[in-house]
Amino acid sequence: MVAVSKLSFAYTPDRSITFPDFTLDKGEHCLLLGESGSGKTTLLHLMGGLLRGYTGSLQVAETELASLSEGALDKFRGKNIGFVFQKNHLISALSVEKNVIMSPYLAGVHIDTHHAHDVLTSLGLGEKIKSSVKEISQGQAQRVAIARAVMNHPDVILADEPTSALDDKNCALVIKLLLDVATRNNATLAVATHDQRLKDKIKNQIIL
Amino acid sequence: MNVFLLVWSYLKSKPLNTVLNIVLFALGIAVITVLLLFNNQLEEKISSNAKGIDLVVGAKGSPLQLILCNIFHIDFPTGNINLKEAEQISRSRLIKKAVPLALGDSYQSYRIVGTTSEYADLYHLELAQGAWWNKELETTIGATVARELKLNIGSTFQSTHGLAEGGSGHEEQRFVVKGILKQTNSVVDNLILTSVETVWHVHEHAAADSTERNHEAHAQPDSSFVASRLIPTHPAGDSTKEVTSLLIQYRSPMAAIQLPRMINGESKLQAASPAFETARLFSILGVGVEILTGFAYVLIFISALSVFIALYNSLKERRYDLAIMRSMGASKSKLFVNIVLEGVVLTALGSMAGLLLGHGILMALGTAVEEMRKAGLTGFVFYSAEWIILAGSLLLGMICALIPALQAYRTDISRVLASN
Repeated sequence: MVAVSKLSFAYTPDRSITFPDFTLDKGEHCLLLGESGSGKTTLLHLMGGLLRGYTGSLQVAETELASLSEGALDKFRGKNIGFVFQKNHLISALSVEKNVIMSPYLAGVHIDTHHAHDVLTSLGLGEKIKSSVKEISQGQAQRVAIARAVMNHPDVILADEPTSALDDKNCALVIKLLLDVATRNNATLAVATHDQRLKDKIKNQIIL
Repeated sequence: MNVFLLVWSYLKSKPLNTVLNIVLFALGIAVITVLLLFNNQLEEKISSNAKGIDLVVGAKGSPLQLILCNIFHIDFPTGNINLKEAEQISRSRLIKKAVPLALGDSYQSYRIVGTTSEYADLYHLELAQGAWWNKELETTIGATVARELKLNIGSTFQSTHGLAEGGSGHEEQRFVVKGILKQTNSVVDNLILTSVETVWHVHEHAAADSTERNHEAHAQPDSSFVASRLIPTHPAGDSTKEVTSLLIQYRSPMAAIQLPRMINGESKLQAASPAFETARLFSILGVGVEILTGFAYVLIFISALSVFIALYNSLKERRYDLAIMRSMGASKSKLFVNIVLEGVVLTALGSMAGLLLGHGILMALGTAVEEMRKAGLTGFVFYSAEWIILAGSLLLGMICALIPALQAYRTDISRVLASN
């Protein structure tokens, strides 16, 4: 599902990051570990097509990302990738439900409101569907973000420090939910983190 | 979820900003709309009132006053002219039609106009009910007069001397309504039409009452009766009688060159062209209208600036939102369209509110202010220029949103997402 080989990326010509080779099968999960500045976020952005212009090879869902035009990459991302970020992840002008529905809307795929409600309910947010995202807690917000990431049945879920801002209880809950939804959707989950609490949750670890 | 819902959600999330922008824009548009409606209707009224009348001949004085008094019935007469002289003028072969007007009286500030049946032809008047005036003191009244004063066929009333309310009454002389005209949307709706003789009669009576001066006896119709060219029921050549003015229709375009010069140069009378005088009036009014228009454009410019600033500022806060949207598969152009649409929705709402407000203001004025009602100005008309206002507003919204939208288009998603 994900294949990285001789991948490197340069923000500026004299500051280049080289990544270790690895592959992930469909439904396989992994942690991307490393100090800050080691390129975890960069790798995640490359895998999600948010950054372009790498050297080497990076295949996601059997597609070499460099071969896609910018517009095609947008479509590819909308269909195949689900993102979960550390914070500030929800659109504050919209309700919980609308935030989740944004995902299929922006990806240009069929909007299934029932599915959105099912996903939110399965993440324990059934009562918050119509709430404004300004009214919910940070842990709940992170769960909304997870719901949004899996709305389009992505092949790959990329999570960037999804738990760093959460307390122990929410951290455990969020990583469990992430693993659950990924497994349920048979999606590959890659979590970039330096959060030590996650080390024993996912055995497959790639050190950058 | 659709693009409008998304745009609306963003506008709703900043209600005060949104309301301010819409109100500012609406005010500018409302002023423009009021001016547009007012100006257009005024021009229409003026052209419909002056339609078919090429020249007005009356006593010397202000030519504009002559037009205002005899065509629009808003100013006072410049004086009277001798019937005999008027007849001489009307004999010119350049004239197709000459209609005499005798003004001077009113009822409840609605003017009584002594004239002949030619007047009805000139304005293509039709009866809604009843009949035309025939005998003395019989009147045929305009639709507005009938409605506002609640006069019906057979109603009687006393006129007042003078054209304004509060003049002395002509007692004992009771006018009777014989007919009511169909609505014409011209000044005739506000007139009470009667014969020239009626006006003379009422005034002679008043003069006799106050001075007890004996008038020369009426020339009695006999076998040698030669009818006046102007007033068929009256003998020709009567120099004791006066009228206020003549409304003249030319026989040929040639008359426009010769007739006014002839009358102004060779007689004691004055000739004024409605077309020329109204153009002059508009050029005088034009200054005020231009100042107001300028003011409206300033308002619109400020509100456009305000829309721009609001979008520009909100975009700073929304950088992350935009990046997130891109991470969910939104293309650059989708975000661009979104922001542009936000500007367009703001100005479209403002513009629609402004158009409504403009019409509302005229509607309110039309019902509250008597002069507006008399002039027949209403807020219930629509002009195609309003579509241009709406389209222009949408364009302005687009322009305001262009720079913020370009910024959204250029957002470096990876950098924004990594910067938290």
